[in-house]
Parts: sequence; structure tokens; C-alpha cells
Amino acid sequence: MKAGSNLEKVLAAGHFAVTAECGPPRGADPEQVRKKTPFLKGFIDACNVTDNQTSVVRMSSLAGSMILAENGIEPLMQMVTRDRNRIALQSDVLGASALGVRNLLCLSGDHQTFGDDPEAKNVHDIDSIQLLDLVRMMRDEGKFPSGKELKGAPKLFLGCAVNPFADPYDIRVPRLALKVAAGADFVQTQCIYNIDKFERYMADLRQRGLHEKVAVLAGVTPLKSAGMAKFMKRNVAGMDIPDEVIKRISSVGKKEQPQLGIDMCIELIERLKGVEGVRGVHVMAIEWEEKVEEIVSKAGLLPRP
Amino acid sequence: MVPCTGRVEEVVMMKAFENGADGVMVVGCLEGDCHFLEGNLRARRRVERVAALLTDAGIGGERIRMFNLSAGEGSKFAAYAEEMDQHIKKLGPSPINIVRGTPQPVASQGERT
Amino acid sequence: MIVGNAKPLAEILQMIESHQKIIIAGCHGCVTVCRAGGEKEVQILASALRLAREAVKNPLEIREVSLERQCDPEYLETMRPYAGDYQAVVSIGCGAGVQFLAEHFAALPIYPGINTNFIGVTERQGEWAERCQACGDCMLHLTGGICPIARCSKSILHGPCGGSVDGHCEIDKDVPCGWQLIIDRLRALNMMDSYEKLRPMKSWRTSRDGGPRRIVREDLTR
Repeated sequence: MKAGSNLEKVLAAGHFAVTAECGPPRGADPEQVRKKTPFLKGFIDACNVTDNQTSVVRMSSLAGSMILAENGIEPLMQMVTRDRNRIALQSDVLGASALGVRNLLCLSGDHQTFGDDPEAKNVHDIDSIQLLDLVRMMRDEGKFPSGKELKGAPKLFLGCAVNPFADPYDIRVPRLALKVAAGADFVQTQCIYNIDKFERYMADLRQRGLHEKVAVLAGVTPLKSAGMAKFMKRNVAGMDIPDEVIKRISSVGKKEQPQLGIDMCIELIERLKGVEGVRGVHVMAIEWEEKVEEIVSKAGLLPRP
Repeated sequence: MVPCTGRVEEVVMMKAFENGADGVMVVGCLEGDCHFLEGNLRARRRVERVAALLTDAGIGGERIRMFNLSAGEGSKFAAYAEEMDQHIKKLGPSPINIVRGTPQPVASQGERT
Repeated sequence: MIVGNAKPLAEILQMIESHQKIIIAGCHGCVTVCRAGGEKEVQILASALRLAREAVKNPLEIREVSLERQCDPEYLETMRPYAGDYQAVVSIGCGAGVQFLAEHFAALPIYPGINTNFIGVTERQGEWAERCQACGDCMLHLTGGICPIARCSKSILHGPCGGSVDGHCEIDKDVPCGWQLIIDRLRALNMMDSYEKLRPMKSWRTSRDGGPRRIVREDLTR
């Protein structure tokens, strides 16, 4: 065991893992996090806590992680390189580990032009791959990048994200190989709607033998409506939603669309379970945490180990 | 006289106002008909830039205008000149001439009747 | 070249509000090429300022000057004989020129008449684009001659990120993805084998992050 997190144990035991996502609130009220926990507790192995996603200021991912942990949910803390230089990143890695966080997802983060503070300085002292390498070194070698010894190495199960649908396609598997070489133990993917393209990605990934080195957790997001699908297709960079998917969700009335979205998500998970190398799902039910149980349960993934 | 409006620099237009012009009309050949390919198009962009500067300087960007006609259109030139004259008269003297107390030209015979 | 563009007239008018006699100093270097601070721009700015000030009955006397370069002392010194006759200087040179003027003419307020934007190129007439961030440790030999620091919105060293779509950056469809450009070049040059090399964290000491920079060439100093 590298970090001894629940997620690491579930994967090591060969179970199909389930993670979910929880965005901390736009304020200091801890209740906003606590009230989501009954929808997640017992249904997932770990929960991502986002780090100012889309550059919108929110409660810090470390604080959000601690509130989840207090309520019996294992946090998977996200950390972006957009806002902190290597000094702050190292310090927060140590702090998170000291407080009991055992999973860390290393990201570069959405550019600040998307958020509330487009005038902010964009740090990017190091990139997400260098952050993986940095934390792996701290964990496995017990050293700072400066070479100085750590008094207590951080214990973190390390993850990265990939978007198999971004361009150029043929760099996507090599770039994951870089992340794995840098220290990624698991990878969560961008939400999948184009299953054919994802299967092609997995085939390319397997050809490189990467499925044996990194646990792939396939990302899914249930559609709430046809409008949401069209909006994401239009506005989210690197989001690949095929026309058939939009046609299908549009085929029923507005009232029935949420349930169809859930059903489509469950079908997708069923199919993903059969893809060699996929070792779990990452259910991103955006502001719809109350549906996680239904999705996970109907996909035959309950009870959790 | 310049051979092409493309030769009319911004500073020349600006100087006209410094020298007391209430308005400036830049008259070029028809668009697409420039002997030097795109001199008149360049002039139009310069006129736009000078208009913006005049607005920023408090003189009024509407005091400069570009017109296009062919060399043979004498009557059209006269019509444009008349149009510009009316336009500037409506605007009144430039703030520079007001400050300087420049005497205003007496209205011509034709206008009195 | 160093690329700059004009400040709004109102901003300059405010800077020089209390003065009646000023110098406008242009520069024959980079800012002449990018049409922000050359001889013509000095004339146009001077004319606009004179008009604006006369219109509010507060006339302004301007000496129009274009220096060969504002970043070399010998050219600045050509202003010495008459500088004392004026109350201030508006420099439309780059930020280096404005500051060097200030250093050389201690008693004169020096105001910036343009914004200094970036080190870039003329992509076509009237259109300039950034190419270099002057990080002080060039790595263009590794990236096909395209700089990830200057051309990637996140300056990442292992790109492209997940926001690259159809060759453009997630921040704007008009911004090309720097890493897509790098990969296209590496592929054309048959240099893709270097792509999967893990690059160490970049040292920013040679960049502005290490503090103001200086180069001393012993072979050239006297």
C-alpha cells in the first residue's frame, strides 16, 4: 500500500471502484457540505472535492475534504497548479496528509478567464505532471525536490485526469503514459458520452500496457435535460456529446428527461464495466448528488466493499 | 493637392483643425477604383481613426468625413460639398474657434433669400 | 520587437493636467515598427493633446522629439540641452524607455504615453502577436521552435491540456493551442520521440521571479 486509502484498498482487492464528486460551497457555511453527505455515504469509495473548479472561488478543497471525512466519507482532494506555486503546493500536500487526506488528484485547473476573477495572476509554476512527480517523490523517497529530507512523508494515493476527447487525439495516450511515469496510481476521465471513441482510447491505452500500471476510473455525468446536453456540447471545451445522445434525451418530454438521463447513465456504466482496463467509475452528478445512490444501486455496484 | 487620398496622413487632418478648420472633408476615388490599389481604403481607416481622436480631444469626430466619387462627377462633388457645408454649419464652429474668438463668416447672399 | 499600443487620450490628458509646456518623446526602435511610438505617432499625439487643451482654454506647448533609441544613454542625452525648459515628458517609448528617461532626467516628471505589451512579431500588417516571455532559459530546441511558456495559456511543459480542441485554446477560439502547434512541428521534424520525456520543474530564477535581472559582459565592459 502506498497510502492506505480506502480507494487504494478497493482497487487493490480487485473491486470495481466508485467515486463521486462534491463541489465545495461558495461560502463559509460547512452545512452546505454536510447536507450532501447522506446522499453519498456508503454508496461510494471516495469523493472528489474540487479545487475552485472553473476558476470560481469556493471553500478550499482541503476544508471541504475535512468536512467530508468528519462525516464518514473518504475525501479525494483535488489540487490545481493554477493558483499556487511549488512552495504552497508542497506545504498543502503536507498539511492535507497530516490531517488524514489519503487521495490526491493533480490537475492544472481551468484557466482563470472562466471564473469570477479573470484579472488574477495565473501561477502555473509547475504543471500537473510535475506535481505528480513532486508528490510521488515526497511520498516514496521522503524528500523535498530540493533534496532535503522530510520529517514524515505524505501518504497520498495519487491520481490524474485525462480527457480522451480533446485534441490532438493521438497524443492522449502518450500523455497519460507521461502521467503514469510521473506517479499517477489512478486516472479519472472526462465525462464519457462518446463510448465508441472511449473504447478506441482504451484499446490504444491497453496496447501500451498502461491498464496494468494505472487504474482507469471512467467518468460519467447523468444528463438532467436535453438543454444541459446542448449547453455542454457548445460551451465546455473538449466535451464530446454525439448527436445520437442528444437525440435520445430529446426524444421524451421535459418532465421525463431527468429520469431518462439517469437510465442512460446506468446503461453506460453497464457497458463500461465490460471494457477491459476500466476499473471503476467516477460519477459526476453535478449538483445532483441525491441521484448517486440510484445510479450506483441500479448499476449493480452496491453494497460497496 | 495630393495625387491620392492614401497620401493624406492623420497628422495632416489633425493640423487642419489646429489651423482653425471647423470641418474637414476627405474626397477620394470610388472604392475599388484606386489607381494605387487601396489608397482610398487606407484613407477611410485614417479618417475613422482621426474622428475617434477628435472625439477624445473634445473637438467632435463628426467634423471629419470621407466622400468617394470619380473624377468626372463634378456635380456630385458640388452636392457633397454642399452636404458637408450644411452639416458643419449645423454643428457650428469648432470648440477651438470658439475659444479663439474667430469671427464667423457672414452667411452668403444665396442663403439669405 | 517590443510591442506597445497607445494609451487612451483621456488618461494622458489627466497625467499632464498641471503642465503647460511638455516634451513628447518618441523612439525610433521597436515602437516605431509597431506604430505606437514613432515620429508619426509623436505628431498625432501632440496635435490631439494641443486641440484638447486649447478647447478647454488651457493651451499646451509641446516640443515633438523622436530619439534614435530611448534605451541607450547617448540618445537620451541629446535631450539634455533643452529638457530643462519643459515641465514634463510624455514618452511613447516602451516601459524601458520611460524609465531610462526618468533615471536620466531626475528633475523632470516622465509619463508613459503607451502601454508596453509584449515581445512579439508582426503577423500581418496591423496585427502583432506575442512570442517570447523572456524567461531567461530558452528551451525552444526541445519544443520545435515554439515556446510553451509564451504560447500556452497555462505555460505547461507537458501539453496539451484537456482544453485543446480543433487546434485552439480553451480560453478563446481565436487563440491557437500552443501545444498543438508544438506537436505539429515536432511531428513534421520527426522529433516526437522526445515528447514522452518528463521535464523537470522549470527554474524561474532566470525569469522575473528571480528579481530584476542584469547581464554583465566582462569582455565588453570598460
